[in-house]
Amino acid sequence: MTLLLSAWTIGLILSVLALGIYISYRVFKFADITADGSITFGAAVAASMLTRGVHPVASSAAAFVAGCLAGMCTGVLHTRFKINQLLSGILVMTALYSINLHVMGSSNVPLLSVTTLTTYAQNLGRWMTGHDSATLLGWPVSARDVGSLVLVAALVILIALVAWAFFHTNLGSAMRASGDNEQMIRALGVSVENMIVLGLCISNGLVALSGALLAQYQGFADVQMGIGMIVWGLASVIIGRALIGTDSVGAALTGTILGSVLFRLIIALALRWGLNPNDLKLVTAIFVFGALVVPMLTQKLKRRRHAAAS
Amino acid sequence: MLQLRDLQKTFFEGTPNEVRALRGVSLQIEEGAFVTVIGTNGSGKSTLLNAVAGSFLVDRGSISLADSDITRWPEHRRAAMIGRVFQNPFSGTAPSMTVAENLALAARRGLSRRLGQLLPARMQNELRDRVAMLNMQLETRMHNPIGTLSGGQRQALTLLMATWRRPALLLLDEHTAALDPKSADQIVRLTEQIVSQHKLTTMMVTHSMQQAATLGDRIIMMNQGSVHADYAGAHRRRVRAEDLIRRFDEIRHDKRLDVSAAELLRDVYV
Repeated sequence: MTLLLSAWTIGLILSVLALGIYISYRVFKFADITADGSITFGAAVAASMLTRGVHPVASSAAAFVAGCLAGMCTGVLHTRFKINQLLSGILVMTALYSINLHVMGSSNVPLLSVTTLTTYAQNLGRWMTGHDSATLLGWPVSARDVGSLVLVAALVILIALVAWAFFHTNLGSAMRASGDNEQMIRALGVSVENMIVLGLCISNGLVALSGALLAQYQGFADVQMGIGMIVWGLASVIIGRALIGTDSVGAALTGTILGSVLFRLIIALALRWGLNPNDLKLVTAIFVFGALVVPMLTQKLKRRRHAAAS
Repeated sequence: MLQLRDLQKTFFEGTPNEVRALRGVSLQIEEGAFVTVIGTNGSGKSTLLNAVAGSFLVDRGSISLADSDITRWPEHRRAAMIGRVFQNPFSGTAPSMTVAENLALAARRGLSRRLGQLLPARMQNELRDRVAMLNMQLETRMHNPIGTLSGGQRQALTLLMATWRRPALLLLDEHTAALDPKSADQIVRLTEQIVSQHKLTTMMVTHSMQQAATLGDRIIMMNQGSVHADYAGAHRRRVRAEDLIRRFDEIRHDKRLDVSAAELLRDVYV
């Protein structure tokens, strides 16, 4: 049960990352590898502030802002200096590696002895259950796990609602249109370049926030924690799309969150059944490869069948 | 009023693919004029339109519109004054967004876009009324993704979007060329109606001599990146499609003559 609760919690924490990837990958078709660096950046900024006694909410907000700056750099490299999408992301991601080490001061910062959002979650859990531990459907669970899940779920719902509202404003709609049809929105007076910078800004802000939450939940920030995170986000976005097929903003956001949780549950089960943790990234990469290729193959098959029929 | 002075543009300069697309085009288009632009493939007619719209910056010359010098303005800034409809009916609309959302985006052409709601309730009725005026029964499909509509329907909506806020200049780039004849007719009629209703200054590139002869009050014929002929006023009123076609044949004949002369010279001297 603890395993299931933690899979849900981590799935929800990473759904914040997935929402960020949704903006870069689905809205702009921009494979933004900055995410690998900015998730660690968020964790690093939050961790180093927390160890200095800054309030957890302020630390997490600072992580969001830090991520925004990283995304802005990638956006500026791509739009102003005309560097190709992937390379812009790689440059910023690589630079962030050094920056993260500087921010953290070492390659790993433990957070177990400082006040974090998890401390609040634990208090919340205690208040809800009345004890340090409780039983859920007959299984013993700790107040900390219950509280974390509730807190994270509330936060994710809040972020999703804000994102939904944003994408229905004049600015947010112009951003969606920039990804949908550049020529059209330019002819309507919008600078697509500015939209890309802003979009990557928000995207990496969310990714970094997710990193800050993850560090606080698992109790440490590590300079390696970002490796392969973009692929994780892509997997969530793709599963989300498969779960809820339509293109409306609400459906896409919901799908992305559910996709992240579902993917985490699948991984947790696979690990439970003996998947070697070292193979995790390989399996994720293969999954995304499959998700990208299978629709193409089925379409080809369909066309061939169609051709044979007529 | 649109004023073009000595516009020049060369693509791929200094390479074997060098194209001198505009070779010094000067034009003055009065407020409220409806100009059709014709020319053979590669004559520079679409390039001229794109130069005005700001798809690229010209190498030399100046463009001024409604007393502003817009020569160095980026495309999105010019869009505050210019409405555009493209040849490809899919170019003018965002396919995954709804009809209403597309129109609402166009309603803010050239205005700042902040955190106000795109589709406030009071706007819905206005959107529906103006779409109903197209007489295409699209008012019942306001919340469908615009990508589910036909090319003709999308082009009609693009025209409506381009003129939602009155533009100082309307640019139509062969906007009926990719449509079936029936939809093309419908769009031509709609164009006439909208242009005359709002007294819009309009430049329309067309491949159809018939359209050029029947629409508008001035005809510009482009050839090899410059203005080859300019029919205005009484001269314009006498022009019929056959005259334009004859003029075209002359251009083709001249071109052939040039080519054969070059061959002759090569045979003799090389």
